Amino acid sequence: MTVANPAPALSIQGLWKSFGALDVLQGIDLEVAEHEVIALIGASGSGKSTLLRCINLLEPIDEGRIFIEGQEITARGVNVDRIRRRVGIVFQSFNLFPHMRVLDNVTLGPRKVLRRTKADAEADAMRLLERFGLAEKANQLPDRLSGGQQQRVAIVRALAMQPDLLLLDEVTSALDPELVAEVLNVVRELAAGGMTMLIATHEMGFARDIASRVCFLDAGRILEQGPPAQIFAQPREARTRQFLNRIIEAGRL
Amino acid sequence: MTAPGGPQGPDRGGRHGLPGSRARRRREDRVSAVRSTLVALVSTVAVFGLLGYIAVNSPGWPAVQSSFFDGELFSASLPDIASAFVVNIQLFCISEVLILVLALVLAVARSSTAPVLFPVRLVATVYVDVFRALPGVLVIYILGFGIPGLNLPGIPTDPFLYAIVALTLIYSAYVSEVYRAGIASIHASQAAAARSLGLTQVQALRYVVLPQAIRRVVPPLLNDFIGLQKDTVLVSYIGVVEIFRQSQITEAANFNFTPYLATALVFLVMTIPLARLTDWLVAREARQGRIVVLGTASQVANALGRSRGGQAAP
Repeated sequence: MTVANPAPALSIQGLWKSFGALDVLQGIDLEVAEHEVIALIGASGSGKSTLLRCINLLEPIDEGRIFIEGQEITARGVNVDRIRRRVGIVFQSFNLFPHMRVLDNVTLGPRKVLRRTKADAEADAMRLLERFGLAEKANQLPDRLSGGQQQRVAIVRALAMQPDLLLLDEVTSALDPELVAEVLNVVRELAAGGMTMLIATHEMGFARDIASRVCFLDAGRILEQGPPAQIFAQPREARTRQFLNRIIEAGRL
Repeated sequence: MTAPGGPQGPDRGGRHGLPGSRARRRREDRVSAVRSTLVALVSTVAVFGLLGYIAVNSPGWPAVQSSFFDGELFSASLPDIASAFVVNIQLFCISEVLILVLALVLAVARSSTAPVLFPVRLVATVYVDVFRALPGVLVIYILGFGIPGLNLPGIPTDPFLYAIVALTLIYSAYVSEVYRAGIASIHASQAAAARSLGLTQVQALRYVVLPQAIRRVVPPLLNDFIGLQKDTVLVSYIGVVEIFRQSQITEAANFNFTPYLATALVFLVMTIPLARLTDWLVAREARQGRIVVLGTASQVANALGRSRGGQAAP
């Protein structure tokens, strides 16, 4: 895919991250072009979530560099709050603010960070909520919503900051099976709209449908990457085949 | 959501009266509830009746009765005592506001992590250690007599002022720990979610962490304020004429302890409602506790909600 913008949306070079003695990420290299949708697959503990948290600077890294649109975000003295405005993240456990109405959850960032007026931010938030079928929930507290609705609100909250890059960290893993589809449909719509995304997921069927590229993570490394058709049909690496076989055995692909 | 044949469904009436049926279970539950209440009532009357009987028939009872239960003196001293209590209320209200503010500052200072704030953390920690370690009465004495005793020009001498300062110093140390526990109880994922939107650390604290933390610690805060309400009598030692000092004055004038009883009564009337309110809030918090924090916890709540809905259909 050739793009007008010479710098990739995201570029990661030699990223290492350890928790104590455990090396969770062992030299990740990844380039993501604008409008690309990258699915990160791999067993639990392979480093998918940690990678996303590092990109959003929620975890300090040990080694390597991360660039967003050519600008290094891991350099010393970078204003991390400024970076985070441009990178949205949606968590597995939603992490909505339970003491705020849905609408306030969505407008907090635009109002306090982007300094938009209340009326302005709320008008935009209502448009987004409406687009994802959540308009009538605007005045409710998050715990009145189903898990699927909460996760959709969390996505809307991230979108309200108009990020250049959206990170989705196993956004359906905490949901009941019947609620998964509504969240995945939202993500599909975003992909169709050209949002650049990194998606850590266990939903292989979804990854196959939506991703422009699939990265298989194993023990903190990107062991194999390629278009979904290749990764799912003809994985080159033995570990990838093993992983996918287990998924097939479990009836999840 | 009621499935066909739910609670109002046609097949339910037929099971009335059968062993194990819902109606029969309810009836049995009601009977055993009435029985429990009766047992509690009888045992309460018996215990307190016996204690009262022992007291009234003790050899010293006539003397105690006349020096503690003088009805005439009680009604005579009550107006003075009640009006002295206004001073306690003033002490309580003014210091409470100051405590809430100072304690929050201390708690936030102690919860900070930035290296540059180390001196702030140190000062706050030492402060809390010192004022929790010292008996309140000592702080009141030292401040109330020590500071005016310096005879510095322009230094105020009003004991009421020192009483406020002393109570604020003592209680803000305790209350800051309550706040700090509340802040620590808010899961790190909340701050992470706030920071991921680009909020600064201070904004995350201000808009996301503190509102939840404070809501959660309202019951223990009220508990501390019940303590403060009572500890206002301690400032009588530095010459503030409040309710306890007033009852001492009346006691000394009449050689009779009844005014203390009147004072005790005033405190009961003031404090018990606050204690009930605290208990009610704690109970409410416990009911809601499982649905406040995390997405995962709210899934539990959702699951509970579903199973509640599910119970409707037998």
